[in-house]
Amino acid sequence: MKEISTGNKAVAKAVKQALPKVVAAYPITPQTEIVETIADYVTSGQMDCRYIPVESEHSAMAACIGASITGVRTFTATSAHGLLYMHEMTNWAAGARLPIVMANVNRSLGPGWNIWAEHTDAMQERDTGWLQVYVSTVQEAYDTTIMAFRIAEHNDVLLPVMVNLDGFSLSHIMQPLDTIEPGDFIPPIHLPYAIDTKNPMGYGGLTTPEHHFQFRWEIERSIRDSEKVIRETEKDFAKRFGRKYGPTENYRCEDADVILIAMGTFGKEAEVAVDILRKEGIKAGSMRIRWFRPFPKLDLAGKEVVVIDRDYSFGYGGILAHEIMAKNEIKVYSVIAGLGGQEVTYDDMAEFVRTRRIGEEFWFGVTKHV
Amino acid sequence: MFEIRIHSRGGQGGVTAARLLAMAALHDGKYATACPFYGAERRGAPVVSFVRIDDHPIRIYSQIRDPDLVIVLDASVMDTVDVLHGLKKGGKVFVNSAHSQDLAGCSTFNVDLTGIALKEKLVVAGNPILNTPVLGALAKMGIISVDSAKKAIREMFTDERNVRAAEAAYKEMNV
Repeated sequence: MKEISTGNKAVAKAVKQALPKVVAAYPITPQTEIVETIADYVTSGQMDCRYIPVESEHSAMAACIGASITGVRTFTATSAHGLLYMHEMTNWAAGARLPIVMANVNRSLGPGWNIWAEHTDAMQERDTGWLQVYVSTVQEAYDTTIMAFRIAEHNDVLLPVMVNLDGFSLSHIMQPLDTIEPGDFIPPIHLPYAIDTKNPMGYGGLTTPEHHFQFRWEIERSIRDSEKVIRETEKDFAKRFGRKYGPTENYRCEDADVILIAMGTFGKEAEVAVDILRKEGIKAGSMRIRWFRPFPKLDLAGKEVVVIDRDYSFGYGGILAHEIMAKNEIKVYSVIAGLGGQEVTYDDMAEFVRTRRIGEEFWFGVTKHV
Repeated sequence: MFEIRIHSRGGQGGVTAARLLAMAALHDGKYATACPFYGAERRGAPVVSFVRIDDHPIRIYSQIRDPDLVIVLDASVMDTVDVLHGLKKGGKVFVNSAHSQDLAGCSTFNVDLTGIALKEKLVVAGNPILNTPVLGALAKMGIISVDSAKKAIREMFTDERNVRAAEAAYKEMNV
């Protein structure tokens, strides 16, 4: 059924249809609408689910961990400071191999107090063992949330998944949404080592270096295996529901000389910049990174690359740009733009490409092009 | 692509107007996005929201810089806000007012939405409801169809007075 929905409501609707048994969450702008909507579904009897209101995000993740380890489907949502307050527990969730799904509405970190979009919050969770995906439309937020449960719970993965959507620019925008009936698309959850009172086991005990090392490798092996699971899940989704997704969304890349890379809503608006550049005779293409963990293999051979980072690693550089450079052994033009919700238009993006200086970094609105 | 900027005051329903407009456009078989601009504004302060309507999926998230149509739900914001800012040459302006507006370089439309809302007793917390009657005015301007306007209103509100208010705005407005 087609309707007009916000990004937040789309995520809540997807969660409702995924039939989780426990949702534990703490409200935070601009995510609040997600958990508020889910709480409403639960209290009105539309969801057979325990909603646990908690006093902090650390507790929200702890409650999800406790629920998930009993073998039930769990979900939470957060943003920015809430995500970082969870940080100890996000590491625990991945280390304990719990397939929790979380929506993170990307927002900047204070001070100064700022509630608008930025990716640095999720980037600071980069090395926790969570799978990370960044979406760009209301429809994609909905579809990806549904897929996230199946991917996380797959026995070759058993890792938590974070679905990232840009604060306000996607969480609060209203776009057409075509909801589906997932049916058996998400199989029943089966955690191989769920707590079973008839078969008591120890959890989270002291591990010796050799075992700890083995556990770390198991996480890495599973996240590598998740590439295949993601591919299969997206393929089955396309077959059943007609909408195609992949590790990246490539637009007019085949014959392009220069490729503009970004994530989230910037990655979608970049397509408009590409159309403008093509009209000027510049053979441009755009590549929107969807799955950030596992990091996709990119086909950039023979192309010049411009990367927009909506995040920053102080003393180092744009995080996405550096990951692309390291993985592909190339130099890029690294543009830092959109921090704290800074307005960046398709015209600005086209200008980044026109005035690119490969190997250099440019802070939009702060430094000047020579 | 047809781009619309809505000026109102916080709490007057500008965001809901944008949503209803997007819903009506969807019923017309088009693509639409509606987005409020979230700043530090509070109830009573001048606010803007945006609607884009197109025959193709909309890939733009940045704010509308040169709208085709400006909707002013509260004429008093015009004292402090340049509502014509960036308006395309020959663009349209709709103002909620009983009086026709004299604005240079654009075609102006007006109808007294506040009067219509008061007549229908469409008042919530002391505020006359403007976001449903405005759809009638926009239908008259050909932005959306009358049927889709009514369908969108009925999807969101069960009170038929909202539809009647939209019909009254449609009837009263001169184009």
